[in-house]
Amino acid sequence: MAAVAFDEMTAFAGAATSPDDVREAYGQLKNWLDTTPADHFNTRRSQAELLFRRIGITFAVYGDNESTERLIPFDIIPRVITKPEWGFLERGLKQRVTAINMFLKDIYGAQECIKAGIIPADLVYKNAHYRMEMRSFRVPHDLYVHIAGIDIVRTGENDFFVLEDNARIPSGVSYMLENREVMLRLFPDLFSRHRVAPVENYPDALLATLRSLAPATATRDPTVVLLTPGRYNSAFYEHSFLADKLGVELVEAGDLFTKDDVVYMRTTEGPRRVDVIYRRLDDDFLDPLVFRPDSMLGVPGIMNAYERGSVTLANAVGTGIADDKAVYSYMPEIVKFFTGEEPILHNVPTYRCREKEAFSYVMDNLSELVVKEVNGSGGYGMLVGPHATKREIEEFAKRLRHAPDGFIAQPTLSLSTCPTFVASGVAPRHVDLRPFVLCGADEIRIVPGGLTRVALKEGSLVVNSSQGGGTKDTWVLDA
Amino acid sequence: MLSRTADNLYWLSRYVERAEFVARILDAAHRLASLPTSYGGGETNEWASALASAGDPEVFKPHYDGVNAATVCDFLAFSPHNPSSIRSCIESARENARSVRTALTTEMWDTINGAWLELRSYEKKDLDRDAFTRFLDWVKGISLTFDGSAYRTMLRNDTYWFTRLGTAIERADNTARILDVKYKILLPDTEKIGGSLDYFQWTTILREVSAFNAYHWVYRESVKPLLVADLLILNRQMPRSFANCYGVLVEHLDLIADAYGRRGASQRLASNLLARLESEEIDRVFASGLHEFVIAFIGENNKVGAAIAEQYLG
Repeated sequence: MAAVAFDEMTAFAGAATSPDDVREAYGQLKNWLDTTPADHFNTRRSQAELLFRRIGITFAVYGDNESTERLIPFDIIPRVITKPEWGFLERGLKQRVTAINMFLKDIYGAQECIKAGIIPADLVYKNAHYRMEMRSFRVPHDLYVHIAGIDIVRTGENDFFVLEDNARIPSGVSYMLENREVMLRLFPDLFSRHRVAPVENYPDALLATLRSLAPATATRDPTVVLLTPGRYNSAFYEHSFLADKLGVELVEAGDLFTKDDVVYMRTTEGPRRVDVIYRRLDDDFLDPLVFRPDSMLGVPGIMNAYERGSVTLANAVGTGIADDKAVYSYMPEIVKFFTGEEPILHNVPTYRCREKEAFSYVMDNLSELVVKEVNGSGGYGMLVGPHATKREIEEFAKRLRHAPDGFIAQPTLSLSTCPTFVASGVAPRHVDLRPFVLCGADEIRIVPGGLTRVALKEGSLVVNSSQGGGTKDTWVLDA
Repeated sequence: MLSRTADNLYWLSRYVERAEFVARILDAAHRLASLPTSYGGGETNEWASALASAGDPEVFKPHYDGVNAATVCDFLAFSPHNPSSIRSCIESARENARSVRTALTTEMWDTINGAWLELRSYEKKDLDRDAFTRFLDWVKGISLTFDGSAYRTMLRNDTYWFTRLGTAIERADNTARILDVKYKILLPDTEKIGGSLDYFQWTTILREVSAFNAYHWVYRESVKPLLVADLLILNRQMPRSFANCYGVLVEHLDLIADAYGRRGASQRLASNLLARLESEEIDRVFASGLHEFVIAFIGENNKVGAAIAEQYLG
């Protein structure tokens, strides 16, 4: 059980020797928190909420009929990351995403890592996210994951762990950008007291990345589009926000069609050829001729065009395998095998329930572990042992016994906390961090910052927005 | 531009225009209904006529017991069953706007999204007459702000032109619907000079198209049915007249055709119709049958709408 969490402002809150203990990076912020009256925070917070509501930043919660559009709670106290900390993360992220791309190229190609026994063959071949279709051709520049969101948690001064590799269609970057805009409007003075690295160039970096991926058949000015499942998707706001910032068309499947293995969009001036598709649509729905035949969201024939190399999909099809939580547990070996280097960023120790020994350990220690479905996301279908009731644990044990292959378990990490403005005032709350890594044909780009998610409920470790989490602006200090 | 984007812009504008139209119909109906019977008010069938102008009586029937102020106001303003109620219009406008946020300016989005958020404060409340009037004023304000922000902030390219097309087609249809319901009171055999029961009916029509003051500026005469019809149908100065709506349509369809380097059925149909409206005279319209003329116009306007959809929005 998490005893005392590392607080990013005061180091160890519980063990602080004096109330003035504060980490250097948080000096100005602590001063600001101490000298600002609480009602000022309240005013600013309601202004922030009004801004978000007016701009229309909402997300949909699945299974929630009452209100299809909700606001993700925004916390007005920023989270601060120092320049050296960021430098370390950046190096680790580049290494990890490079390795993920090499791994994907390998499992859809020569399969050296399986032959070398780095990862069990059945974990790859029997994986629902492994796409046989991808075996038959090479993707442009051998790059599969172009946009990755790597979830990072912190447990101490120098202890950072990768919690998840989001290699399919990671979302949340619009919050990184809008949170900063709102903070700049609400607290200009605070920015004048800190040197905060800007994030506003993310859309430019993304566009440069996408353009670099254009197929050889494209002109020097390739046509890039963003493919959304539509406005009922929970991340639709982000899709339209990004399309606007990128200056590219936001298309739905019905706007696209294929002819002679080329993808076109329907415009008021007739069909226009499409070169790069930044798709925010899962593999399963992309092409009803290849994947789910009942998909109304997909474009018939798009996979043929993709295989013929007339269009680039970002991310590539079949990257979900690198997103899988069972594959995740092999990531340290994967990084080492492909880059020849020691992994810079560590994994959270992970028990694979598919392995007999690990399984019995997990069954014996359910009340202390976090158990996750290997294909789950969004904080659904997981058990947080220390916070679960006896009954919940028993229910979960049943599912686990029924399909051990489908689960992994991790020790309950004591996630770091950051000062957060809650009903009772300013109090520490657990956070994680999702930086966004862009892999272009030319270079890897990482904008200094990311999405900080915060579990607003006291003691809660679940930061997902679908489970009552909020967000914060993330400040990477430039000095 | 994506065809779907053009489609959303076009319908966004149509719904905003329609919301204002419904608000004007309700406002005018209230005013007429509150007049003493001797002035044509009270016991008239004003609510049935408002219902016929701005809604579909067949959709209305299964949900209400009778046609009166309360039921018609509820149906036209708030009913989720009525796709043209003010509420449905604002919701549809916002849905369309949400799909094409990237094509809208911040100001336009703020107007629509703000309206949609504020709409909730008017729902499910028993609005008294004063509050209902404030509600109608608020609705009219939305379309003014929307149109104003489109005019003041949009780039002058096809995104702007398609919003103009939506507004013009919808306006033409709305004006025609009023005439379709009320043509009888404009016919010559009911004409009496000044102060008749019908006088207030005629002025109601003018209010419905926000032309009560304009009429006097244009004709410098007391209100006469022939001139009311002329103002609504043939007068190019009148923003909501058939002729002006077609002037706007032809202008923007031509801009689109020039930009895309291609003309099609919508340009041809619209300019033919405009030419006919320009060479028409109101006496001839009355002689050959006002109602037939209006019905024919509604049909042709629909054809132009279908041609626009076929050519650009599909």
